[in-house]
Amino acid sequence: MISTIIDRLLLSIPVLLGVLLFGFLLLQLVPGDPARVVAGPSAAPDVVEALRVQMGLDQPILVQFWAYMERMFTGDLGRSMISNKEVTAELAAAIGPTVELMLACMIWSIPLGIAMGTMAAVKRGSIVDRAIMAISVAGVSLPIFFVGLLAVQYLGVLWLNLPFIGRGGPLWSYDGLRHMILPALSLGAILVGPVARMTRSSVLEVLKLDHVRTARAKGLSERSVILRHGLRNALIPVVTLIGLQAGYLLGGAVVTETIFSWPGIGRLVVGAILSSDFTVAQGAILVFALGFIAINLIVDVLYSLLDPRVRK
Amino acid sequence: MTAKASSPAVDPDAPLLEVKDLKVHFHTETGVFRAVDGVSFSVRRGATLGIVGESGCGKSVTSLGIMRLIAQPPGRYAGGEVKFEGRDILKISEREMRGLRGGRMGMIFQEPMTSLNPVYTIGDQIIESLRAHGVADRKAARKRAIEMLDLVKLPSPETRVDDFPHQLSGGQRQRAMIALALVNDPELLIADEPTTALDVTVQAQILSLMRDLRERTGAAIVLITHDLGVVAETCDDVVVMYAGQVVEKAPVAELFSGPQHPYTLGLMAAVPRLDAQTDRLETIPGSVPPPYLQLPGCRFASRCPLATDHCRAAPPPLREIGPGRSVACWRAPIEEIAA
Repeated sequence: MISTIIDRLLLSIPVLLGVLLFGFLLLQLVPGDPARVVAGPSAAPDVVEALRVQMGLDQPILVQFWAYMERMFTGDLGRSMISNKEVTAELAAAIGPTVELMLACMIWSIPLGIAMGTMAAVKRGSIVDRAIMAISVAGVSLPIFFVGLLAVQYLGVLWLNLPFIGRGGPLWSYDGLRHMILPALSLGAILVGPVARMTRSSVLEVLKLDHVRTARAKGLSERSVILRHGLRNALIPVVTLIGLQAGYLLGGAVVTETIFSWPGIGRLVVGAILSSDFTVAQGAILVFALGFIAINLIVDVLYSLLDPRVRK
Repeated sequence: MTAKASSPAVDPDAPLLEVKDLKVHFHTETGVFRAVDGVSFSVRRGATLGIVGESGCGKSVTSLGIMRLIAQPPGRYAGGEVKFEGRDILKISEREMRGLRGGRMGMIFQEPMTSLNPVYTIGDQIIESLRAHGVADRKAARKRAIEMLDLVKLPSPETRVDDFPHQLSGGQRQRAMIALALVNDPELLIADEPTTALDVTVQAQILSLMRDLRERTGAAIVLITHDLGVVAETCDDVVVMYAGQVVEKAPVAELFSGPQHPYTLGLMAAVPRLDAQTDRLETIPGSVPPPYLQLPGCRFASRCPLATDHCRAAPPPLREIGPGRSVACWRAPIEEIAA
């Protein structure tokens, strides 16, 4: 188990380097002049020029890249071009709410998706199956901003009067919990459908296998057969899917946080991009990449827990 | 093995398993597939019955049918009885049936590679069966699992009990599978092609293990196979199936010394012999009629060298031609005919 984790960590180093390179190039390619942003729109041209030299932007691109890599490896992400705060501090403040949102979204949507998919597989071809599949197609097809707006309109304003602006405090407080409901619901909505569909097809596939017949021949109840011998084996591809959906979920977090003014990395990155705050955007991209790598590391570990054949 | 508590009020001479006119049909898009169409046979306590026939003759469906493991739909029990210890198990509740499955009736499957769940240790899979049949104590169940693995001669059972199926070889998996099927002391063991997927030396080991276990446990065995060699070595009685029906029933020695159905003759002629020089193996000409086709006469008639117009017009009933011998052929008993 430990060796699997170490293996995976080593394998993520090249990914990380790629991400750093990409983050650097991305900001070279976007329009807008960082020195102009820092100096402000009314600054005189010679002031901007002086700033450009001070920021190293007059150097050749390879020199800039080297300086950038050096800063990244020393954990110095620079200062925000807008607020002049440390980028690391800004990110540190935003990371908690985003992790919180992700967990709150997964904690309801993954179990629900698995339960729906299993139910649909067991009752294949019935009304229940069709209803569940219709709901999950809707979940897959509706864009997250639309789900979010519906949630605000109906659950937030018309029916339940739930809060939909900002974070209400720590999750364990009453207000914190109430503020979490709508964002977690909207973000999770994009995960339920894919998980349900994958679980359904995976369970159907597994229930056809020989070892399920053996389980029945042992005299196990249908419930044990389906849960212990069907679902347990069927979860392996579902975990893969969740790993693949992680990127989608991070993207969804950007939209969700923007809709609900959630003070996380997603909202930070949108704000940074809109105001051409390159250093903050760069830092946020790095955090997203790390998040993606971390989720996939967890998926790999889950894999070896679920499937003894991939253990070393 | 522990001595079995004999069930009350059961005549010891009565057959343990009696299958009467069993019909299992599958409803498919091309029509009704009569996989098992009026099969009858019985198994004595402690005896081994072989069911032979080529692929698709309905022998596997018969074995699953006895365990009531046919998925419905698409399958359907279209008639007949399966009497186990005098009770028709097609009529008992699913709950009662679960008590029998893996309890007094054990089953071994053809593919040891895929018939064990890859995500649980073999010990866990055996323990699960014990616990489903009333062994509440986990420690005792584990001890029993190790005993069973020792009984089926799996080397170092104390450590292998915690192995996953992929850590065992094919023969070892089949041993584990047999341990699983026998763990609750079944009266009846159904073995569906238990050696087909194994290589020849391992086959011999597994067969000798099964004979040995029959001696020790007194369990009756229904052995499904297409291998006449396996039948000759292992069985007391033989049922030959063709296209979903029984064509011949006989004690094993009599079947081999004097087969009475032309199909049985053909099967035997197809077995390669060491004492005769041949360039080509014998085959039975033609092929099995499509299963959804309802033929008026004998199903083997189109391939039979002895068929007459009568054979093609009326289906031959399975009739008794001697003690423990029956055959479904209008031309039987046949004299020595070179088929």
